[in-house]
Amino acid sequence: MHPLALNSTIVGAVGHTPAHLAFAVSPLAHLTGLDIIVIAVYFAMVLWIGYYLKQRANTSEEFFMAGREMTAWIAGLSFVSANLGSLELMGWAGSAYQYGILAAHWYWIGAIPAMLFLGMVMMPFYYVCKTHSVPGYLKLRYGQGASVVSAISFAFMTVLMSGVNMFAMAEVMKVVLGWDLNFSIIVSSLAVAAYVALGGLRSAIFNEVLQFVLIWGGALLVPILGLVEAGGWNGFKAKLAHNIAIGAIAPGDYTHMWRSMGHFSDNPMGIHWTGIVFGLGFAISFGYWTTDFLVVQRVLAANSLRSARMAPIIGSFFKMAVPFIVILPGLLGLVVLQNPDGSLMHLVGQNVAAANPGAGLHSYNEVLPLMLIRYCGPGLLGLGITALIAGFMSGMAGNVSAFSAVWTYDIYQPLIVKNARDEHYVAVGRWATVLGVIISIGTAYLVMNAAGIMDYVQALFSFFISPLLGAVLMGMFWKRATKAGGFWGLLCGTLTSIGLWAWVKIDPSALRYVALSPDAKDMAENMYRALWSVCTAVLVVFVVSLFGKPRPDAELDGLVYGATKLPTEEPVPFYKNEWYWMVIAIIAFLGLNIYFW
Amino acid sequence: MHSSEISIWFFIGVLLTVYGALILGYGVSELVSGHVANVVLADLHAPVWWGGCLLALGLFYGVRFRPGRQN
Repeated sequence: MHPLALNSTIVGAVGHTPAHLAFAVSPLAHLTGLDIIVIAVYFAMVLWIGYYLKQRANTSEEFFMAGREMTAWIAGLSFVSANLGSLELMGWAGSAYQYGILAAHWYWIGAIPAMLFLGMVMMPFYYVCKTHSVPGYLKLRYGQGASVVSAISFAFMTVLMSGVNMFAMAEVMKVVLGWDLNFSIIVSSLAVAAYVALGGLRSAIFNEVLQFVLIWGGALLVPILGLVEAGGWNGFKAKLAHNIAIGAIAPGDYTHMWRSMGHFSDNPMGIHWTGIVFGLGFAISFGYWTTDFLVVQRVLAANSLRSARMAPIIGSFFKMAVPFIVILPGLLGLVVLQNPDGSLMHLVGQNVAAANPGAGLHSYNEVLPLMLIRYCGPGLLGLGITALIAGFMSGMAGNVSAFSAVWTYDIYQPLIVKNARDEHYVAVGRWATVLGVIISIGTAYLVMNAAGIMDYVQALFSFFISPLLGAVLMGMFWKRATKAGGFWGLLCGTLTSIGLWAWVKIDPSALRYVALSPDAKDMAENMYRALWSVCTAVLVVFVVSLFGKPRPDAELDGLVYGATKLPTEEPVPFYKNEWYWMVIAIIAFLGLNIYFW
Repeated sequence: MHSSEISIWFFIGVLLTVYGALILGYGVSELVSGHVANVVLADLHAPVWWGGCLLALGLFYGVRFRPGRQN
C-alpha cells in the first residue's frame, strides 16, 4: 500500500484487472487518507471565504446584492456555477448514457439563446430599474399582487430544488462511498448555511466561482482518460456501433442531435423537434435563464451595465463546454464500463436498481461516479468527489441565497414588517438563509420517493418558471400590459401547468393531447406543458390588459422597452464589446449543432 | 475590488496549489515506489501530469492575485 493511501483503495472489484473495477458491491470505493485531506481542505477553504467576507456583508445591499461590485467574469462564472449542481452533473451524465447526445440539447439550445437574450435584451431593464429580484421587477411593473404570487412560488421552488440537489448528493455519497445519508446532508448543509449566512451573496458568488474551477479540475480528467481508452471520438463511435450491432446496446442514434427528431417515435426521448425548439429552447430555457432569480441574481450583482450584459455571454461559452465533462462521460460509459466477467455493463433505471438490491445493478445516475472510480486513484478520486460535493454546494448556496433575498425583500418586507432599519433586514436575511437550509433538508427526505430526478425538476420548471416568462416578457416589451393582466396571466399560466400535469397523472392517455402525440414520453410532456403555460400567460396578460387602463409612459421608464432611455456606454475596443462576443457565441453554438447534427 | 482585499482568484490559486502539490506528490511517490493505484490507464500516471497542471495553475493565480498586489 502506498504511504499516502492510508486505508484502502478501490473496493469491491471481484476481478483483478483494472477493467473490472467499474463493477463493485456497495460501497463502490473507500476514500484514502489523501482523499479525506483533499475534501477537508475544500471545506476549510469555503468556510475561510465565508468568514473573511463576513466583514463585507453589513448592509442589505452588501448582503443581498454583493454590493453590486462583481466583475463580468466573476458574475458570469457564478451565473453558470449556480446552475451546475450535483443534480446537473450526475443527472445529465445518466441521461447521456440513456438517451445519447440528445441530452446535450439541454446545454446548447436549452441554454445558449436564452443566456444571450438575457444579456443583450433583458439585462438593461433589470439593471436600470435597480431591482433586487425578479419578483421585485414584477412589483415595479405590475404591482404587489403579481410580485407576491411570483415570490411565494419562487420561494417554494427554491427549497424544493435545494432538497432535490441535497438528495442527489447524499444518494451518490451513499452508493459510492457508503456514507450515511444523514451525515452527507447535515455536514454539507451546515457548511453552506455557515458561509452564506456569514458572507451573504458575495460569499455565495465567490464560492461558486471556486466551485466552478474545482468541478472542472475534478471532472475533466474523466472524459480525457475515457477518450484515451475508447480510442478517441472515432474509436468511441466504432465501439458503439459494434455494441449496437451485436445487440449489447439498444439500437438508436446516440451521437447525433437532430437527425432523429423528425418524429416522436424515432428517438429514445420520445420528443419531436418542435418540442425541443419551442418547448425547451423557448418556454423552459428562456423561463429559467431569464426569469429564475437564482441565476439572474448573480448578474444583478455586476458592477456596471456592461458587466451585467457581458456576464451571461461569458457564461454561455462555459455552458457550451459543460457537456464535455457531463455528457461525454455518460456516452463513454456505454462502451467502457464492464462487469467483473468482462461483459459490457448495463445501467438501469433507478426504480429497477432499487427493486433488485442484491443484483449488483447500478442506475443511470451512477454513471459519472462509476467513471470516476474507473480512472481515479487516491487524491484524484478525492478531487472528483470534492467536485461532486462542490457541485451540490454551489447549487444549494444558489438556492438558499436567492430564497433569502426573495423572502426578505418580496415577502417579509412588503407583507410583515414594512419599515424596519436596514440592520433588521440583514438579520432577517441571515436567519432566512438558515431557515432555507432547514426546509431544504426536510424537502430532501420528501423527494426521495420521486421516480426520476430530472423529470421531477422539469415538472417544477413548468409549474412556476414558464408562466413567469410570459408575464415578464409581456411586461417588458408591451407598454399596454396592465397590473391586472400581469397578475391573472401569472396565476392562469401556473394553474394551466399544474392542471395539465395533474390531467396526465390521472389519465396517462391525455399525453396525446398535451404533447401532441401518443408516442410522446415524459420529457416531451414537460416541454409542451411549459410551452402551453407560457402561451396561456401571454394570452391572459394580453386579453385582460385590453380591458384595463395602461400606465402612462413616464411611469414605465426603466421597466419597458420603448419607454426607457438606456444609458449610453463608453466605447471600448472590439474585444471588450459585448456584441462582438455575442456573435462569437452564436457562431460557436451553431457550429456545435451542425457538427453533431 | 480594492487591491488590499483578497481576490477570489487568490483563493482559487491557493486551493489549486495545495491540491496540485498533494496529487503531484502522490503521483511522484507512485513513480518512485512502483506501486500504482489499481485503476484503468494507471500506466499514464495521471496524478503526475494532472497534479502538475493544477500546481502550475495554482501558483500562477496565487502569485498574480496575491493580496496587496495592484491588479
